[in-house]
Amino acid sequence: MLLLAFDTATPAVTAAVLDTGTGEVLASADQIDARRHGELLLPTIDAVLREAGVAKEALGAIAVGVGPGPYTGLRVGLATAAALGHALGIPVHGVCTLDGLARAARDGGAVDGPFVVATDARRKEVYWARYDADGVRAEGPSVDRPAEIADRLAGLPSVGAGALLYPDAFPGAVPQGPAHQSAAALAAFAADALASGAELPSPSTPLYLRRPDAEVPKNYKTVLPS
Amino acid sequence: MAADEPLVLGIETSCDETGVGVVRGTTLLADAVASSVEEHGRYGGVVPEIASRAHLEAMVPTVQRALDQAGIKASDLDGIAVTAGPGLAGALLVGVSAAKAYAYALGKPLYGVNHLASHICVDQLEHGRLPEPTMALLVSGGHSSLLLTEDITSTVRSLGATIDDAAGEAFDKVARLLNLGFPGGPVIDRYAREGDPAAIAFPRGLTGAKDPVYDFSFSGLKTAVSRWVEAKRRAGEDVPVRDVSASFQEAVVDVLTRKAVRACKDEGVDHLMIGGGVAANSRLRALAQERCDRAGITLRVPRPKLCTDNGAMVAALGAEMVRRDRAPSAFDLSADSSLPVTDTHVPASHDELHRLAE
Ligand SMILES: [Zn+2]
Repeated sequence: MLLLAFDTATPAVTAAVLDTGTGEVLASADQIDARRHGELLLPTIDAVLREAGVAKEALGAIAVGVGPGPYTGLRVGLATAAALGHALGIPVHGVCTLDGLARAARDGGAVDGPFVVATDARRKEVYWARYDADGVRAEGPSVDRPAEIADRLAGLPSVGAGALLYPDAFPGAVPQGPAHQSAAALAAFAADALASGAELPSPSTPLYLRRPDAEVPKNYKTVLPS
Repeated sequence: MAADEPLVLGIETSCDETGVGVVRGTTLLADAVASSVEEHGRYGGVVPEIASRAHLEAMVPTVQRALDQAGIKASDLDGIAVTAGPGLAGALLVGVSAAKAYAYALGKPLYGVNHLASHICVDQLEHGRLPEPTMALLVSGGHSSLLLTEDITSTVRSLGATIDDAAGEAFDKVARLLNLGFPGGPVIDRYAREGDPAAIAFPRGLTGAKDPVYDFSFSGLKTAVSRWVEAKRRAGEDVPVRDVSASFQEAVVDVLTRKAVRACKDEGVDHLMIGGGVAANSRLRALAQERCDRAGITLRVPRPKLCTDNGAMVAALGAEMVRRDRAPSAFDLSADSSLPVTDTHVPASHDELHRLAE
């Protein structure tokens, strides 16, 4: 089966086409531009399909990162995946974005034992998850201030832009590890999960991890001098 | 309905309504809307992040509902249109992302169009093709504008706009002051019907001799209403909600219709269309009709459901873009929260068109 994967939950705009039969990544493209997910995603998808020589009608499924990640960018990927899946009549599978980074870290040899993935959640927080020696997510994803989780994660190597951003809390950050998402790793993770019958998160339930910022207005403000 | 007229699906997500419409030429085939308005109620206004989350959830089901209503297959479409702006940035981006994916997957041209121009063009679904030129008064929670259009697919000129609050916003704020809930427009309209519009002389903003002729201001009016109501409350008297509603509403619609009719006369335009959520206001419709009749102007106001934000208006403008052979948008189309009204649509750059043609 031909699997199209993409993710917009980190500063990367990344897409890949994977042949799940052979495990071969037929094409992939990664750009880092946190502000232009909306503009870049569809041209990037078009580019990888052309490079792979795959007609969109030949796709068998879509895998998309469901976060956690900054919301506006995250939704670009999810809205695109939902509409492509609907229009092409193929299933859309969600993948926790941090699982894609974890896969890339292990495949690239940046880690072997247990480790942590952390991405930048802005507002001085990180999205993070802990993985065991087999690369299976053991804790998370969660969103926290780095200092608040530093003790529990002490001694573990870590990858991702969130770990690199807060060296005090993540002294074990591996500089050669992946900083942002790569769709090739995301696709590989999804293909394995599908093959093993493991459950993938629903693409219609993004991992926001925070409630929307919204304030119930204070009581009515008077305009007459009191 | 002419079978050779363009069949277009339109997607609108600029505020809190997820709208998907299907139009053939000037015929409405489907108008599906999912609204998150109830989730915003307790905040007294639209919360952008709540709206964006709701758009993502509602998008595919609403598209399917529109296709079912229209009784067509997605592959029958001649194009996909989407609101590219103006509006809430994060909310727009959900619709733009989905529209691009639909257009790409279906191999159909994509038209990123202007929300305000769509509000005008929707009248084609009710009253047939727009006369050229047409004067348009757009009033809602997000906009209060006087626009003159020669050709809705290419030429829209702004004559005036609000310099502070939008008209609908003033309704929301006064409703909150009177503890009537959100949104304020429909409930104030209801109370006003039983009140006296001349009970309280509220100010008419920007109607002085030296004021800008076509601009609006509703912030002073809102403050005047607050002062009046507070004074009553301080004196321990009951607030006559019906009279306050009627007098406030009269002040708003008096200025709106006076300026719109004046603009028609000044510009020699004999058609006025009124759109946007506030166009559903019964007193605005009645007074506009009265003043247009007196001035020999033909008034066109679409039915209320087409006045509020919806996908049919986007589809209507998209269909007109196809009919007039306007250049489609490219797949790097982005949402522009402050898209100027003069940009009726966002065509692909020249280079991009060449690439698309390959
Ligand atoms: Zn509107």
